Amino acid sequence: MANTAVVVNESSTNAWGGGVEPMKASYGKLMMWFFLLSDAFSFSALLITYGLIRYSHPAFDGAISDFAFSQEYWPIPEMVFDAVPFIHGIHAPLVFVGIMTFILILSSVTMVLAVEAGHRMDKKGVEKWMLWTIVGGLTFLGCQAWEWSHFIAGTDIAKNIGSNLFQGANLQMNQYGPSNFAALFFFITGFHGFHVFSGVVINFVIFYQATVGIYERRGHYEMVEKVGLYWHFVDLVWVFVFTFFYLV
Amino acid sequence: MEQENTHVQVIPEDKEKIKKIWKVALILGIVTAIEFVIAFTIDAGAAKTFVFIALTIVKAFYIVAEFMHLGHEKKSLVYSIILPTMFIIFLIFILMYQGSAIFDVKY
Repeated sequence: MANTAVVVNESSTNAWGGGVEPMKASYGKLMMWFFLLSDAFSFSALLITYGLIRYSHPAFDGAISDFAFSQEYWPIPEMVFDAVPFIHGIHAPLVFVGIMTFILILSSVTMVLAVEAGHRMDKKGVEKWMLWTIVGGLTFLGCQAWEWSHFIAGTDIAKNIGSNLFQGANLQMNQYGPSNFAALFFFITGFHGFHVFSGVVINFVIFYQATVGIYERRGHYEMVEKVGLYWHFVDLVWVFVFTFFYLV
Repeated sequence: MEQENTHVQVIPEDKEKIKKIWKVALILGIVTAIEFVIAFTIDAGAAKTFVFIALTIVKAFYIVAEFMHLGHEKKSLVYSIILPTMFIIFLIFILMYQGSAIFDVKY
């Protein structure tokens, strides 16, 4: 007993001596942060690879109005992603992807509000805002499904690739530009989309556990905070994908 | 257990805090709108790319510092997350250099 008392005393004077949280964050929250750091490395590797491959292809250097799809140079993203559901055939560059960005930012906001409600032990608030976050995530996934199917199906004008008339995109070739363009599109937005999907699943688990009162009995809503970190990270990655894949 | 359940105190919401959350959301929305406008008004080039990257970093700052609350954590936690990202910056420089080298070999 005496020994134990001495150890406790020592640790209270030294932040790194054990027995306290030196970073004022729980183990689970710290591990979520370090997981997100490693995930940030994965995503930056993918986006930087996009930069490398794009940089090693010629860029289109004419006026945008003269732009036509060709395997000879890298396509201008705003000419590829110019479709919006329900208004077929109208050139609306980046409008749909802009809407997707707003949806994801909004679902990030509702997640902050859920975390804030958790701090106040407000079960009703957590339920309400978690549900809105899930709705936002599902909407984003739906938009991405549409975006993918449109990209795969292609535009009305088929493109001559070699001797074949080819329309749309797959992993071998695409009508928009060099084959790597479609491969990178599928890989980067797919990897992000899968993060969104797993985020929605995790959000639902947390929503369910909050609803049945697990966190209320536990006395805190820290799980909402941890899954919130993950969800904001997914939003953060989309901010970068939006800039480097669609805008630049 | 049931007894415990009925005694949970819900703390009333702090209007200032909620207002701040929506303010950050508004900033993110406005910056995205600005990016959108720039995409169609400025001609492609190094300057445009630079503006996009700057605005992206502004957005990333608000998401990480406010939404993820990192701006209000202990310094040691902040630095153990921020400092390792310098490897990413290193990778950007070496792979961009490599990309232009591949371009020179091919064309």
